[in-house]
Amino acid sequence: MALLEASGVVAGYGQTEILHGVSISVGEGEIVTVIGPNGCGKSTLMKSLVGLVQVRSGSITFRGDEVSGYPPERIVRGGLCYVPQTDNVFPSLTIRENLEMGAFVRGDDYSGRVEEMFRLFPDLAARPQRRAGSLSGGQRQMLAIARALMLDPDLLLLDEPSAGLSPAMMNVVFERIREVNASGVALLLVEQNARQALQMSDRGYILVAGENRLEDSGKDLLNNPDVARLYLGG
Amino acid sequence: MATLQQAARRFGLVWTPGVTTAVLVLVVAGVGFLPFVKMGLVVNGVFLGAIIALGAIGLTLVYGILRFANVAHGDYMTLGAYVALFILGTLLPRLGLDSAGLGPFSFGYPLLIALPMTVAAVTVIVIVLDFAIYRRLRARGVNVIVIAMASLGLAIALRGLVQIIWGTAIQNYPRESRQAFQLPMDVRVPPDALFIVGVAIALVVAVYFVLERTKMGKAMRATADNPDLALVSGIDTQRVIWWTWAMGAVLAATAGVLLAVFQAQLFPAMGWEFLIPLFAAVVLGGIGKPYGALVGAFVIGITSEVSTQWLNPSYKPAIAFAIMIGMLLVRPRGLFGGSGN
Repeated sequence: MALLEASGVVAGYGQTEILHGVSISVGEGEIVTVIGPNGCGKSTLMKSLVGLVQVRSGSITFRGDEVSGYPPERIVRGGLCYVPQTDNVFPSLTIRENLEMGAFVRGDDYSGRVEEMFRLFPDLAARPQRRAGSLSGGQRQMLAIARALMLDPDLLLLDEPSAGLSPAMMNVVFERIREVNASGVALLLVEQNARQALQMSDRGYILVAGENRLEDSGKDLLNNPDVARLYLGG
Repeated sequence: MATLQQAARRFGLVWTPGVTTAVLVLVVAGVGFLPFVKMGLVVNGVFLGAIIALGAIGLTLVYGILRFANVAHGDYMTLGAYVALFILGTLLPRLGLDSAGLGPFSFGYPLLIALPMTVAAVTVIVIVLDFAIYRRLRARGVNVIVIAMASLGLAIALRGLVQIIWGTAIQNYPRESRQAFQLPMDVRVPPDALFIVGVAIALVVAVYFVLERTKMGKAMRATADNPDLALVSGIDTQRVIWWTWAMGAVLAATAGVLLAVFQAQLFPAMGWEFLIPLFAAVVLGGIGKPYGALVGAFVIGITSEVSTQWLNPSYKPAIAFAIMIGMLLVRPRGLFGGSGN
């Protein structure tokens, strides 16, 4: 059974419907990438999965439980965590406080998890009392991912983790993402930088105008000449 | 300078050259004016500032987290003052506790019993009001303007309720006249004012402790920073909102009682009229910034007291209002506003 199974998801904001019945699934430990042109509904899909956008019809199950309609707090508690594309840290809180907020729902002692995050992201460990607002783009992205990992999720949703980063920093972030996956966390990625993302993905989906267009393994999508021409920039 | 910057950042303030200039101008202007100013007025301004600070910190916290200007905040103060009047004037005397004039103070030890009781009662009322009104509005996803209007309605309703229950006449807590301490430079310090400053300092330290050291306080700062991210971090936003109201209520109720002691009178519009200095302090310190509101409160308190040396005291709110408008025009993010995140 898949870890996450979304079928026929219809969602949007106010009068506007963005997703017209999108279906995706993510299995245990998989890396799955969603690509597609701007405005096709990738970010809306992520927000619907985590409960920030109301799902109008369709179903989302996580570990077999129907989670559509749940508030984000409850979904997160179940082990499905999310890193937004922008504004993904608390700027006036310190690095350590950001991590503590990631563990807000944990009643137990999570100091061990904080140390693990510092090992996984050594950039953050140097000055844990620094305000997140003063970090560089790459450091912010690491902190955002670390914050979302504090609950030890089974599935992590990453919305454009490489957006706005220098090529060198992008490679570092992708490297960290791979390490996170190696530790057993399944990943659902939305990426502008489709080539690099598909290379490390088990499977990929192409979303166009709020509907599924194509689904295949990461390698086959990369080798598909139509996909390359239409969605990977030749 | 570097340590000053670090200290400022520690309090979530951004120390830019602009801020340095602003503070220098304020300090130079303040010190330059000192020879022409009656020290007594400055000292009085500090006492008034302490009361403004309590109200303004709560107001700015509510603004930062619930994202609306709570126009009823002044009337929460009024409510506190009158609940304490009921406890001091009616409830405790029935139990035989009706002494006044404790040591150098005009009030008696019953005030020390009434204060925590009042704080508890007002906190419960404020949270019930959130349950009854604001939570429903939030659930419907209405515009913040609608919520602010609801708070205006609530402000008027609360004042009406106070008038129905306690009447419109000016009242007072049981008190005995006490001599003010006579200090050099013609400064007279009423002993009550020292009590007021003491309580205010204790509460500000408590607010600092809650915001910086407790999980709920950090969650409050996180929610003020980014409400959506707080939601997907698993922060229970409804609980954060209740804690915010509770802190605002504790501070407002205390401020109301202290204002009644300081002015030696209660009247139904006392909190409503106090709203202008509260908002002026909030705007001066940067909306949503509790430590900024603390600084703003003393600036407003001292400026409006000192103004009475040349102007009729009834212009005090106008001074606060003028400072607020000026600040909004020149530096809308407040004295310590950063790049605006």
